[in-house]
Amino acid sequence: MRYIVFLLTMSAAWAQSPVDFGKQVEPLLRSKCQACHGAAQQISGLRLDNKQAAMAGGYAGPAIVPGKSDQSKLMDRLVGAKGLMRMPPGNPLTTVEIATIRSWIDQGAVWPESAQTSANPTRRSSSHWAFQPVRSPAPPTPKRSSWVRNSIDSFVLAKLESEGVAPSPEASRRTLLRRVSLDLTGLLPTPGEMQDFLSDQRPDAYERLVDRLLDSPHYGERWARPWLDRARYADSDGYEKDWMRPYAWRYRHWVIEALNRDMPFDKFTRDQLAGDLIPGAGVEQKVATGFLRMTMTNREGGVDNKQFQFENTVDRVVTLGATWMGLTLGCTQCHDHKYDPISQKDFYQLYAFFDHVDEVEDDAPMPGELGPYIATKDAYRAKREELLKEYRVADLQSIWEKELLQAGDHPGERTDWDLAWSVLITLTEGGDGEKILRTPVAKRSARERDILTDHFIRNYHFAVGQKPYNEVKFKELDEKLRKLKDDFPQLTQAMVVTEPPGAKPSYLRVRGDFRSLGIAVKPEVPSVLPPLRSTKASRLDLADWLTSNDNPLTSRVTVNWVWAELFGRGLVKTVDDFGTRGESPTHPELLDYLARRFMDNGWSMKQIVREIVLSNSYRQASTVRQDLKDRDPDNALIARQARLRLPAELIRDAALRASGLISLEVGGKSMRPPIPDGVMELGYGNRWGVAWPVSKGSEKYRRGLYVHFQRSTPYPMLMNFDAPKSNVAQCKRERSNSPLQALNLLNDPVFHESAQGLGYLAMNAGSDWDKRLETAFLHTLSRLPGDTEKQKLERYFASQKQLLAKEGVADESAAWTALASVLLNLDEFLTRE
Amino acid sequence: MSRFDLNAVHLRRTFLRDCAGGIGAIALAHLLGLEGRSAEPEHPLSPKKPHFPAKAKNVIFLFMEGAPSQMDLFDPKPELTKWHGKPLPSEMTKDLKLAFIKPTAKVLGSASTFKKYGQSGMELSDLLPHLGSVSDDICLVRSMYSEAFNHHPGQLFLFTGSMVGGRPTMGSWVNYGLGSESQNLPGFVVLSSGVGTSAGSDNWSSGFLPSTYAGTLFRSQGDPILYLSNPQGISRESQRLRLDALKELNEEHLKQTGDAEIASRVHSYELAYRMQSSAPELLDFSKESKETLAMYGVDQKETKAFSTNCLLARRLVERGTRFVMLMHASWDHHSNIVKGLQSQTKATDQGAAALIRDLKQRGMLDDTLVIWGGEFGRTPMSELRRPDDPTNIGRDHHPNGYSMWLAGGGIKGGQVIGRTDDLALTIAEDKVHVHDLQATVMHCLGIDHTKLTYRFRGRDFRLTDVHGEVVKKLLV
Repeated sequence: MRYIVFLLTMSAAWAQSPVDFGKQVEPLLRSKCQACHGAAQQISGLRLDNKQAAMAGGYAGPAIVPGKSDQSKLMDRLVGAKGLMRMPPGNPLTTVEIATIRSWIDQGAVWPESAQTSANPTRRSSSHWAFQPVRSPAPPTPKRSSWVRNSIDSFVLAKLESEGVAPSPEASRRTLLRRVSLDLTGLLPTPGEMQDFLSDQRPDAYERLVDRLLDSPHYGERWARPWLDRARYADSDGYEKDWMRPYAWRYRHWVIEALNRDMPFDKFTRDQLAGDLIPGAGVEQKVATGFLRMTMTNREGGVDNKQFQFENTVDRVVTLGATWMGLTLGCTQCHDHKYDPISQKDFYQLYAFFDHVDEVEDDAPMPGELGPYIATKDAYRAKREELLKEYRVADLQSIWEKELLQAGDHPGERTDWDLAWSVLITLTEGGDGEKILRTPVAKRSARERDILTDHFIRNYHFAVGQKPYNEVKFKELDEKLRKLKDDFPQLTQAMVVTEPPGAKPSYLRVRGDFRSLGIAVKPEVPSVLPPLRSTKASRLDLADWLTSNDNPLTSRVTVNWVWAELFGRGLVKTVDDFGTRGESPTHPELLDYLARRFMDNGWSMKQIVREIVLSNSYRQASTVRQDLKDRDPDNALIARQARLRLPAELIRDAALRASGLISLEVGGKSMRPPIPDGVMELGYGNRWGVAWPVSKGSEKYRRGLYVHFQRSTPYPMLMNFDAPKSNVAQCKRERSNSPLQALNLLNDPVFHESAQGLGYLAMNAGSDWDKRLETAFLHTLSRLPGDTEKQKLERYFASQKQLLAKEGVADESAAWTALASVLLNLDEFLTRE
Repeated sequence: MSRFDLNAVHLRRTFLRDCAGGIGAIALAHLLGLEGRSAEPEHPLSPKKPHFPAKAKNVIFLFMEGAPSQMDLFDPKPELTKWHGKPLPSEMTKDLKLAFIKPTAKVLGSASTFKKYGQSGMELSDLLPHLGSVSDDICLVRSMYSEAFNHHPGQLFLFTGSMVGGRPTMGSWVNYGLGSESQNLPGFVVLSSGVGTSAGSDNWSSGFLPSTYAGTLFRSQGDPILYLSNPQGISRESQRLRLDALKELNEEHLKQTGDAEIASRVHSYELAYRMQSSAPELLDFSKESKETLAMYGVDQKETKAFSTNCLLARRLVERGTRFVMLMHASWDHHSNIVKGLQSQTKATDQGAAALIRDLKQRGMLDDTLVIWGGEFGRTPMSELRRPDDPTNIGRDHHPNGYSMWLAGGGIKGGQVIGRTDDLALTIAEDKVHVHDLQATVMHCLGIDHTKLTYRFRGRDFRLTDVHGEVVKKLLV
């Protein structure tokens, strides 16, 4: 410490003699600083080889204040003051050198124009493949042209031929139907559908099948799921109390519908990132911005809302990077990217697009809701007011509001009211408690009035204690109000964003710490990519830039994930990392061909899916190629299809479908299948009323996509089978294989019930044993049993029957359940081949 | 192949070492023979060598959820008694981050009395007599600090090294790095007593690692492992028949498709079947001696829940489980701290001490690392939610200096590390950051915390983020 003071002050002796920049300073900068702060790299945004850049400073602000060495961060760094790391690391300047720089700054930091050592900083450039424009490659002409069904095959076959490898034969028609049904709708084909397809002798039977599946309302369900993984969709807040988000599903509903209508991907992008900013935006466009609302919320006492706003905005940028750009922007929250040409400043410029997003709830009625709502809303309001009056809410609330404001303005005076204030900040619905409280009563909207009154009724005890709270019977009132709300038609709500006009400046955060404000930044796109064609730079412009034809990333990233869904591996294996550390495309020309097609076809998702599934490449058998096991274990050559264990939701769907139990209602609310006792109790939310009321009737047999996702205590089956935890965007699912999965499928009541259902279907197929077995096979594996399988199962059936008889069960249905259960646990059943 | 780049292969590979007969040898020899490789097991959880010789093989983390009060349990502060009822000077509190209270809150002297224990003379609260009796085996750290002051982020920070969700927890990292010695039980087991925790299942999540590495919850009600019991009406014989048929059919399909993934599914089913018998065996205490049961206190009402889990933890480690996390909630004493601490220590002190003693008696303490602690500590100032009822006084969150203890597995017992200032506001000596603790745990297990990484979204992640220093003073 003493040494630092010495270093900081000892320049006095030099102060008199003028420092010559060219002779004394510039050589020091060159030899000691510019390796890290020069033309090649500018760590922390600081560049010391150029006057203009040097004077502008780094991310933390100006480094040199001419005439004021004591205010110059450069000096702090050179001596290691204020706890900062001393520069240059491991090779500090000598005392004399430091004094020289100090004198130079104190003398005005003269940097003659003639001493300009390098050009002004320019836009970054990169030769990395992913940043180059998407080309329009002509399909090659492979030798075995008869195999080529469409251009995709030309690219795939040309590569195979160059490696001297033949493609695999086409999969059987049964396999093909099962595969394409699962890939396009996530559902197993029914035996009837199988029969129809097998008996369709027309040459374009497969094309017709594909078109039928693309038109199915279940297409949107199947393709929504990977998108929801990216959107980190969940039905609860995530942190601590993990409150339910009763209307999160409205966004999911939007996604399913948009995909079913084949909304062009550019519009799909624009609505989700900026639907609220589109002039004359309709309800659905606002609902789409729910994408930005899937971040987590922390309602813990004393939580720093600024911190979580920051974290959420960071998450939005990281999600944008992974989902649309295939870039690992997370690294640049704290520093320039180590491998990719993305700077920390680039990150915060993207951050600035999302920095002023306001989270709000809005009416988003579903079809048929408006009429009944309008017809009854006055009656509802009257009854509500009546109840509020009966319990004398207005008087008490007005006193409470006054006291609360007093506590908010004078913290520390009364500890009980301090607590009530803290509760207001964290627990008000929508998080605007303070804002509403500070709005004069007359100026509050009806929604705001309701929010504050509901909050008051539910949380008054924090201020006054339990006894007075019990006396006013607010708990009873709260229940009555909730019931009243349930009894009257209400409008579905949606979690959306808005952006108030008059944006405040955004700041880079030094080392990614939300408290360390660095330089001010404006919304802008990374400089290594084509520039934004707008001067205003809103989220809308960002969305348009992402889906402009010269953006090299969005189209490639999107067709690549579609490809990965259909082959189990992307053409770029690292689906969320197109940067220099990601893998290079195995078929760069095919990737560009598809990306170009995607854009040329008006960003139609269905058309790109259609083109891929119609290709011969897609139709290949998935049998492992012994000849390529060493050479191409990962099937990078696409010399076959892949066997892929189904994702969690589709395993549930498959079992329910095979057993005939499934409910195929599309869209709408989340549901809750039975959950084992004790699971919900593991979350803290359980103490705050987070419960799991099991859905009734056919609701509980709805598809896996609709299972309520409670972030802190997720439905166990989803976790066992690698569904995402929905904390961050996930672009790729693992396909693990564990004993817990086995227990889940063998013993979970849902799967046991499915086995019973399937056993019942089989028994109902006739009295003939073979016929019954065939029925069970058709419902599960979409094929007939082979001879060996028949023998083995016959033996198994007999042993089970015998055992059951010994155990006192005479009913044959138990043996059929046991047989069905084997089929439902087969690897083949869980796999799309 | 390096033990630590499993990343590339962990799922697609086959592992048939302990398949119960049948498919194993033939199919695998066939599959691997063709590629000229040996049939080395590469199950994602098969045991792997550490980076360097390890002191500890297993970890038992006694997670005291909610932030236990350090100055009422571990860190005597007579000075607080002098300040009791008075606010601290504002210059001392101006930089404090507080959850509920204000910097002007009045100081709360501890209601505990402290006593010296063991040869080391370790001072511990009278609330912890049992721990006192094993004080020469534990290393008390009085200088822990965290960056989080809310529970959920604090718990994430303690177990994943980051306050933001989505990363793997300590137990997942350890299983990813070392695999598990157990053939019949999961490698990372979670036990819970008390109420639910703030971070819920995030505390044992595998984050972006495959779910194979996630903690398996052993439940205290219903099936110990979810879906462990056969459905109603299905006997164990029937289940065996079912698995045999399943295996035969799967083998048949393996022959046709050549996909080794099928072999690993067969393996999983066999392991599941074995779990069905080994989990109940684990829970069966009938072969434990009376003395052991009494030492833990599994038969007393107050101690039963936690002590049962402590005994289970020992039995798990005995059977090769790598990482046991034992959660006990909640120590979040914003109010009623005096009574609250009495009941929580009554519930947990005996079991925790018995665990140390039991492990030691069995010669297991040397290679089992035991850790006791929460996500942060509590303020020296009081929190008074009901000014009209002074008995409900409590303490707020305080991450700037709190206590934890460690024992066994490479830890030097009978010592106190670190010191907080007289008013328990800051650390005066030997700060130990949460990342340092994590680095030290990994070190005891023979893992260099900077080298155990997993690439996700382009970045090599690790438990300690980009920080953490091994705390040498803690080590033998």
